[in-house]
Amino acid sequence: MGAFGHYLLAHAVTLKHEFWQLFVGGVANGLLYGMIAVGYTLVYGVLRLINFAHSEIFMTGGFAGYFVLRAFVGSGAPPAGLASIGLIFIGILAGGTAGAVMATVLERVAYRPLRRRNAPKLAYLISAIGASYFLFNLAGKEFGHLPVSTPQPYINHTVFHVFGAPVQMFFVIIFIVGLIMFVGLDRLISKSRLGRGIRAVAQDAETASLMGVNIDRTIAITFIVGGALGGAAGFLFAMGYGVVYTMGFVPALKAFTAAVLGGIGNLRGAMIGGLILGIFESLSVVVVQAAYIDVVAFGILVLVLLVRPTGILGERLGRAA
Amino acid sequence: MKVLFAKIAVRRLFVTISVVAIIELMTGPAGSNSAPVSGFKGSFVESSSFFGLFRAQRWIVFFGLALIAWVVASFWINQGTQIRSRVRQVIAVPRKATEKSFVRRGALAALLFVAIILPHVETAPFWQAAMVEQIAVYVLLAIGLNVVVGFAGLLDLGFVAFYAIGAYTTAWVTGALPTPALFHHPLNPFWAIPIAIAIVMAAGVLLGAPTLRLRGDYLAIVTLGFGEIVTIFANNLYGITGGSLGTKQIPHPSLDVGPIKYHWGITPVPYYYLTLVFVVLFIIVFSLLERSRVGRSWTAIREDEVAAESVGINPLKYKVMAFAIGAASAGFAGVITASQLFFIFPSSFTLLFSINILVLVILGGMGSIAGVVLGAVLIQTASSYLLHSPPSGYQSQDLYMYLGALLIVMMIFRPAGLIPSRRRKREIMLAEVDHEGHLDEVLGGDDL
Repeated sequence: MGAFGHYLLAHAVTLKHEFWQLFVGGVANGLLYGMIAVGYTLVYGVLRLINFAHSEIFMTGGFAGYFVLRAFVGSGAPPAGLASIGLIFIGILAGGTAGAVMATVLERVAYRPLRRRNAPKLAYLISAIGASYFLFNLAGKEFGHLPVSTPQPYINHTVFHVFGAPVQMFFVIIFIVGLIMFVGLDRLISKSRLGRGIRAVAQDAETASLMGVNIDRTIAITFIVGGALGGAAGFLFAMGYGVVYTMGFVPALKAFTAAVLGGIGNLRGAMIGGLILGIFESLSVVVVQAAYIDVVAFGILVLVLLVRPTGILGERLGRAA
Repeated sequence: MKVLFAKIAVRRLFVTISVVAIIELMTGPAGSNSAPVSGFKGSFVESSSFFGLFRAQRWIVFFGLALIAWVVASFWINQGTQIRSRVRQVIAVPRKATEKSFVRRGALAALLFVAIILPHVETAPFWQAAMVEQIAVYVLLAIGLNVVVGFAGLLDLGFVAFYAIGAYTTAWVTGALPTPALFHHPLNPFWAIPIAIAIVMAAGVLLGAPTLRLRGDYLAIVTLGFGEIVTIFANNLYGITGGSLGTKQIPHPSLDVGPIKYHWGITPVPYYYLTLVFVVLFIIVFSLLERSRVGRSWTAIREDEVAAESVGINPLKYKVMAFAIGAASAGFAGVITASQLFFIFPSSFTLLFSINILVLVILGGMGSIAGVVLGAVLIQTASSYLLHSPPSGYQSQDLYMYLGALLIVMMIFRPAGLIPSRRRKREIMLAEVDHEGHLDEVLGGDDL
């Protein structure tokens, strides 16, 4: 039985109630992780490198969304109905655009000069780390170092119950937006000409270029797509948890874990990895203190890398989704 | 004049202006959350004083600078070949001289002499403290990280963990933690040195053995997480580490062996000499290691792991060794910091710190001990100076912004560092030349 068993028995009643609540929160977090993880996985596919500065793309999207909401909602009462939907749409657009722009700038400044020279991999990593540090500290300088909460574009009431656990508006929004984005992206990569180009470069860049795929353009577009999703995730995160200049670090580390968990380079893997990580991490609160949540997520990363480095669905570079 | 109107030159003008605009933003005043545009406004459209000499609109001054830089760069790239070859000729004489061993030894002796008399020349209390806390300790950390990143080619982003473990071990053996001390009666920090180094090396092996099988980029992210975890544990294990409130008071070290009796007090200079002795020691050991069988194995693994394995080198063994050996100097740095500063807090061991050390290694030159020492001295002197007399608009957190920018700039323009390790430079060049032939055809287009 052991101490843990006793603990479970004693808390069985609360646990049953808490379980679904934690589960719902976990799914919402997991969708966010998945949206960020897609950025890692796409870039890994075409360049074979971890975009360390992806956390700052997320942060950029968060700040863009924050300023948009502040301009439109301000300190007044949160709007309702169609106005809410419109505002969220504008916020996602703003976050996604900011993320895409930031991703493009990153690719041009921190990666392309190195790619031209065919620099060793270590150089890319260091350059990306430099970019990340530069960006979030610049954000801290321009927008202050203290965390702030975001004006709410909707009334955060309980929408419905899942097994007695309340599901808040915030979670509903994340579910809807997340699902739309994942399905859209999945279609884009597996069906469109653009997606074929990205997959071709991921499979074999040289051959793809011989077949008429413009590599530079494809890489740039990959960064834009990943950046847009990361930025949109940044906005959603900011809506629920506020913004601060270091906000990108932990979610991005977890999103990377999610990408590895699902199998890096594998789009569906990134989404599933995000969900599994989000739920698992959220439920781990039952066993460990909340302060150690990050340790749990990180433990999963190390474990996956050691036991099954190809992830749950396996590394898939260039195959359909 | 024709040089300035070519298509590439116009593009270069755009790049120059962008770079200067970024510098303008970096050196401008800070904004705040309630006034997010004020930083941008203050950086671009307001006037400020330049070095106390004159006041002018910032954008005019910086735009002027951009133009000058552009003209100089354009002519330099087009007609600089002669100037460059002339410069190379002038440099060739001292460069050749450094290859002679007696010149090298003489230079080293001179540098050591400067390091020894430095505290007597610069007697300002701020700088004496900075020499230990900001420079000597960082030199130690940089030569330690150099073993991992430079010699073995492993990107370790959690180096701060070893520093923290060293510091907390000191607190542990001196009885400054809430948990009972390691031995029955608390030791003084001097005897913590071997214990801390041993524990930190063990931690290096423990962390390294499972994770060093991973590919380079995975390793970077795992070490990043490890550094973060050490901070989380230090912050939350109140019963063991004292949590975010930090430790109890850590005593100063003292030495009492036979005729030698010495007590390190509150003044920084004795710590400076203690650290200097260990810096010299570590430099000697590490440079011997580099030229030993172990060092050659590191080079082999770094250059081609599969080939190294096929000639009978066990990559994992040597990588773990690099981790543990590199960690040793960080552990010692932790002892010095803990015993000099009385208290230690988890907040001093953050990820930012790891990156700071990485910048020292990258600027100086991965794999070059002389380089990383120079890098550490340069950057840490500059950052101490910024701490001592901050220019207007500068906040202490901005340091990391500059360091981040420096990393990108180094990777683009001088990946091998200020004083490159000859071997490392050759590797980078080989990798770049290797694919050059068809790379141009594949990627096409001109460089940004």
